[in-house]
Amino acid sequence: MAKTLQYERPNEEPSFPYLRQKAHQLRRNMLEQAAGKGQGYLGQGLGVAEFLSALYYHEMKFDPAQPAAADRDRFYLSTGHYSIALWAVLADLGIIAHEELKTYGADESPLEMSTIAGRVPGVEMTGGSLGHGLGIAAGAALGLRLKKNPARVFCEISDGELQEGSTWEAATAAVAFRLDNLIAFVDCNGIQADGPLVVPIEPVADKWRAFGWAVTEIDGNAIEQVVGAMHWARAENGVPKMIVMRTLPGKGISRLTQREKAHFVRVDDDEWDTLRRELEEEYNV
Amino acid sequence: MSDRRTLGMGELEKIENRPFEKAPFARGAMAVNKKRGDIVVLTADLGKYTDVYPFRDAYPEHYYNVGMAEQALVTVAAGLSHAGMVAYCTTYGAFATRRAYDFLAIACAHGNANVKMFAGNPGLTTGYGGTHQAIEDLALMRAIPDMTVIDPCDAIEMAQVAEQAAEIEGTVYCRLLRGNVPVVFDETYRFELGKAKRFGTGTDIGFISTGFMTERCLDAVQALRAHGINASVLHVGTIKPFDAAGIAEFAQSVDKVVTAENHILIGGLTSLVTDALYRSGTLKPMLSIGIPDRFIECGSLPYLQTKYGLTAERVGQQVLAWLDAAAPVAAT
Repeated sequence: MAKTLQYERPNEEPSFPYLRQKAHQLRRNMLEQAAGKGQGYLGQGLGVAEFLSALYYHEMKFDPAQPAAADRDRFYLSTGHYSIALWAVLADLGIIAHEELKTYGADESPLEMSTIAGRVPGVEMTGGSLGHGLGIAAGAALGLRLKKNPARVFCEISDGELQEGSTWEAATAAVAFRLDNLIAFVDCNGIQADGPLVVPIEPVADKWRAFGWAVTEIDGNAIEQVVGAMHWARAENGVPKMIVMRTLPGKGISRLTQREKAHFVRVDDDEWDTLRRELEEEYNV
Repeated sequence: MSDRRTLGMGELEKIENRPFEKAPFARGAMAVNKKRGDIVVLTADLGKYTDVYPFRDAYPEHYYNVGMAEQALVTVAAGLSHAGMVAYCTTYGAFATRRAYDFLAIACAHGNANVKMFAGNPGLTTGYGGTHQAIEDLALMRAIPDMTVIDPCDAIEMAQVAEQAAEIEGTVYCRLLRGNVPVVFDETYRFELGKAKRFGTGTDIGFISTGFMTERCLDAVQALRAHGINASVLHVGTIKPFDAAGIAEFAQSVDKVVTAENHILIGGLTSLVTDALYRSGTLKPMLSIGIPDRFIECGSLPYLQTKYGLTAERVGQQVLAWLDAAAPVAAT
């Protein structure tokens, strides 16, 4: 799947065992945040562990020691409520202290239920009001190009966000401005606040193609496919890239994936140890 | 039926009573980009009608049009600011505020994005009716935390704000005066963010005004002189941060206060002045001139501005009627 690599990247040769192990560590970090709280956006977070592993530990030019470096690649997490997944990454990278993870969602904790720009290094945007991320990412990609800055812009949006009209305004602008330094991912996990997607949104890939984007479609929980799509997206061909990523909410813990498709997972107090055990067992299979 | 009519798109009302300047916004925007080099003008299919073509022609690589897409206009602007550019957005105020409110609030103001929104057709500066007249934009914008809100009076101030806006920290909403814009202030005028400016020394009536109503109030001061009334004007160019202390000090120096704004009488200048005066314990008789609580019809600007009391002549008439009504009945 991956095309010939033409550009120097921090980890040019992907080590899939390493990336799998990182995805697993991110899941552990997410469980640590959610444990004991009874509820949270755990399902969505678990579903994008492979994506974030490939992004932060392979594809993105990002130095955790300098999270605001001018030449860093940017990652815009449009779905701010996936913050649990971003905190998992930032803790693993040492940008936030590992002990802080358990404060997720607590009063005065910087690890809020939704991302707020400026509060935690490594957070590029205030997410949570859906339909903002792609437009901001497009503007950043345009601005970087005007600055002659070779950094790239990665942006995650969700299938639910495709219901927001602003997403399509941004889609149009990104093509008009020929932003080939913009690489977006739509996380198709099939759930939204009211449950399984409440209005039909397929065919997702065809919609992006019709808007003029270069599109590829992958299993977002298959690390080789995620890395392959990221390599594919390196092409400097004058068009923005969209990677349609099918993910399984709760991935890594079968008990959660089998639960009713829930936007906001609820877990009983005595269930957390079981979840932890199952996460380790399933990883070791 | 009047033989006047709603003007066509881009058609300009004649300005007969004072000099005017064409496209002062573009002059200011070009001056600031010449100095800094980091200004990007973004518009949403209203480049021609928001006076940005001179900028486009001077800096084509710094001009982008997102099409009729105000949400993209504002989010792309926020992203540009993340990359170190300063986005100067233009559209009409009705669209900027009503269509892109969440984006101005969250993508811009919440993150202190270096985005400057220049919003045309404020209040009754267009005859295109309720869809195009931004009559409540100041109220909407000033309610957003960390948003700066400016309502300039004339061509001099418009160009100065355009030139200074890049230096104002965070997100700015500025009403855009476009086309042939009257020159009211002289060249010594200096816009200062958050500072109201006094014109004249009269103390019978103190006008507190914003936007183009300051022009009308200054003219009304001349007319009232013939009636033996000495008035002065306090121009409030910045709606937020609001010069509450300056407003109170001014009001304390006059007998009666008249507020005047090209905006609905809800949540704009009148509300701010009332609030500031009450809090400072400055209780003066007050008349408020502005747009009533209703959507306004289509029509020619002289017709609409006369009907809704925004011309200099109508300002003077309203003040005289108010003074007459308040006059004590002579003892018999």
